[in-house]
Amino acid sequence: MDFSYTEEQLALQETLQRFVSREYDFETRRNLSSSDLGFSADAWKQYADLGLLSLPIPEEYGGLGGNAVDIMLIMEMVGRGLLLEPYFSSVVLSGCLIRDAAPAAMKQAVLPAIAAGKLKVAFACYEAAGRYDLAHVATRAVSDGKGGWRLTGDKSVVQDGPSADRYLVSARISGSLTDRDGLALFLVDRNAPGVSLTGYTTQCGRRAADVRFENVVVGADAMIGGPGKAIHIIERGVDRGIAALCAEAIGIMTALNEATLNHLKTRKQFGVPIGKFQALQHRMADMFIATEQARSMAIIAAVHADSDDAAARQRAISGAKTYIGQAARLVSQQAVQLHGGMGLVDEMIVSHYFKRLTMINIGFGDADYHMARFSSALEA
Amino acid sequence: MDLKYSQEEEAFRAQVRAFLEAELPSDIREKSRLGKRLAKEDFIRWQRILNAKGWGAVMWPQKFGGTGWNIVQQHIFEEERVEAGAPPQIAFAFKMVSPVLMAFGNPQQQEYFLPRILSGEHWWCQGYSEPGAGSDLASLKTSAVRSGDHYIVNGQKTWNTLGQYADWIFCLVRTSTEGRPQEGISFLLIDMRTPGITVRPITLLDGEHEVNEIWFDNVSVPLTNRVGEENQGWTYAKFLLNHERAGNAGVGTCKRALKKLKQIASEQMANGKPLIQDSRFRDRIAQVELELMALEITNLRVLSSMVNEKQALGPEVSVLKIKGSEIQQQIAELQMSALGHDALPYFHDGLDIGWVVDPLLGEHYRPYAPPLSGQYFNLRKTSIYAGSNEVQKNIISRHILGL
Repeated sequence: MDFSYTEEQLALQETLQRFVSREYDFETRRNLSSSDLGFSADAWKQYADLGLLSLPIPEEYGGLGGNAVDIMLIMEMVGRGLLLEPYFSSVVLSGCLIRDAAPAAMKQAVLPAIAAGKLKVAFACYEAAGRYDLAHVATRAVSDGKGGWRLTGDKSVVQDGPSADRYLVSARISGSLTDRDGLALFLVDRNAPGVSLTGYTTQCGRRAADVRFENVVVGADAMIGGPGKAIHIIERGVDRGIAALCAEAIGIMTALNEATLNHLKTRKQFGVPIGKFQALQHRMADMFIATEQARSMAIIAAVHADSDDAAARQRAISGAKTYIGQAARLVSQQAVQLHGGMGLVDEMIVSHYFKRLTMINIGFGDADYHMARFSSALEA
Repeated sequence: MDLKYSQEEEAFRAQVRAFLEAELPSDIREKSRLGKRLAKEDFIRWQRILNAKGWGAVMWPQKFGGTGWNIVQQHIFEEERVEAGAPPQIAFAFKMVSPVLMAFGNPQQQEYFLPRILSGEHWWCQGYSEPGAGSDLASLKTSAVRSGDHYIVNGQKTWNTLGQYADWIFCLVRTSTEGRPQEGISFLLIDMRTPGITVRPITLLDGEHEVNEIWFDNVSVPLTNRVGEENQGWTYAKFLLNHERAGNAGVGTCKRALKKLKQIASEQMANGKPLIQDSRFRDRIAQVELELMALEITNLRVLSSMVNEKQALGPEVSVLKIKGSEIQQQIAELQMSALGHDALPYFHDGLDIGWVVDPLLGEHYRPYAPPLSGQYFNLRKTSIYAGSNEVQKNIISRHILGL
């Protein structure tokens, strides 16, 4: 066992930290969030230059060959800075899935481009009626008789969907609506005929889209993990993504605690800093404890995210998503409470941290969903 | 960052397991398995076996005759110890007074006391709390007045765990009433055979004699039995408390208790199927399991970082104390709840080895049932002792958060 980070890991995290403090302050972020694109194209280019986009990409595809612990340290900073760029969707969720499961030709075509910041991929695997069930897939893939496929169906709330160049789409080749068998993944160009989308802003100031696929033709080389066996690939990819979201949440919770503590020390009522009141001190102590425990769960999630042992991985990931969901709810609600009315103000970063944490909790399975997954696999 | 045990660590675990397998007396193992009372002799017998192996003090540095094991090795040993059913080492001796002696005692005190702890010759108890000094420990009144080369000690201590077995007691006493209350406290080591000491049992809500009151009536204590400087005892007291709290996480014990909870919930039936298949009950188990998964890592993370940076244990141990105490309580509550109506019967003899259940009752009342309700009641102590959890939050607020 080893509870330390390497110098390289810490150096990369510090690089992003410096970038955030120098070029991505809260005001900048607010303006970016309301811009047409919804994030900074310039920051995206800088992430590429800093090596962040190539972090989990294997060296043979122009990457750094990093692991999930490396990603964890970066995602903490993504959380702290409330970064709007599609790092999570494109690099962590889609990039890692392609790295692990795509055919060699697709890796060759896509991974170097992701690493260089020239290609963004969004993950389109949830459907409205399926809630959090990744096997609930009504989207159909029908053979076109020439080795390729025709996709038809709707994907909902595709995070970072509006800016994506490609979509990773789950589609059903065989079986009924919620069968775990019969699924495949396809990499689809957003400009392919038959792809349409409705984009919108999310509660946390990011962008998402509902995407429709109508008889979209893709070649045989666009398929990942098929035909029919993609559920394990999808679940593994999502588990890896959840580990990263857990780390993002830890970054936010840490920052929220700092902001709240600062408020308790400076805000005066009844003639004293409000941090002198024991009722508030103990609340703050609870937030600190919850964050440290949640940090441990994020570490557990990260070290299991790369694991091939599906049962151990799911246990760690669902456990972490549940625990961090609960802890983040406590920390973010109480941070707002302790800030008083100021916690509700749009100009205060606290309210934005609160909203992002809330949306992290809801996305990719909420605490109830993951508690059920963890609990039903309880080991004797 | 790596949460996997290395090959060396796995080999160490195998070595510990083989030792426990070979050396732990089967009668002690059986008592632990069934939650029966352990006698003083059981603890001492086991201590002698450990000491003969050279493992007499798991958490001490080698310099003082300890194992010199690192935090992960200590964690592994503790997991295996609990799993095997070996008694814990008495914390008052091994985790409280000894770190104080090592850090602040003089060579004569170290050479006299530490080997006698290792050999099992000296049983120690704690003399901190008083009837009027609980959370406000510094308000303690037990006085020590100099008379020649002795102190004359008068006063009352309370909650002295297993004081009925003790050969020695470490006491916080008031040697000055000048200045702040914290500034007039000294740390004394007192031989329990000294004339003027009276020990009275306090029976707790589980019917057990675990704690005592101890009166000091003109008890004469040599000045040489003071640790460190006169009136500096508060510093040593806080140092000791950090060591006590670091041990309060009890991760190994909790992991074993959680396993037992799952076994109980698998055997107890509800609506024609094992209770553990009731999703409402199972989710409650899952919830405490999550807390414990997190605490195991928090515990190792916090302790490793302090050891690696050669720091004394800091206020972060309060986090471990709060979480560990809550988890122990939650598991005990679920173990009791799992019994349903079988949580109600109370048999004082049920904790004695050899007790036989009445045949009619025995049709449903399982061998693991007798201690469970009592343990639930008893473990309410964990959020109260070693500084109540509210005091721990005060410590976190002041010393970590700076409020």
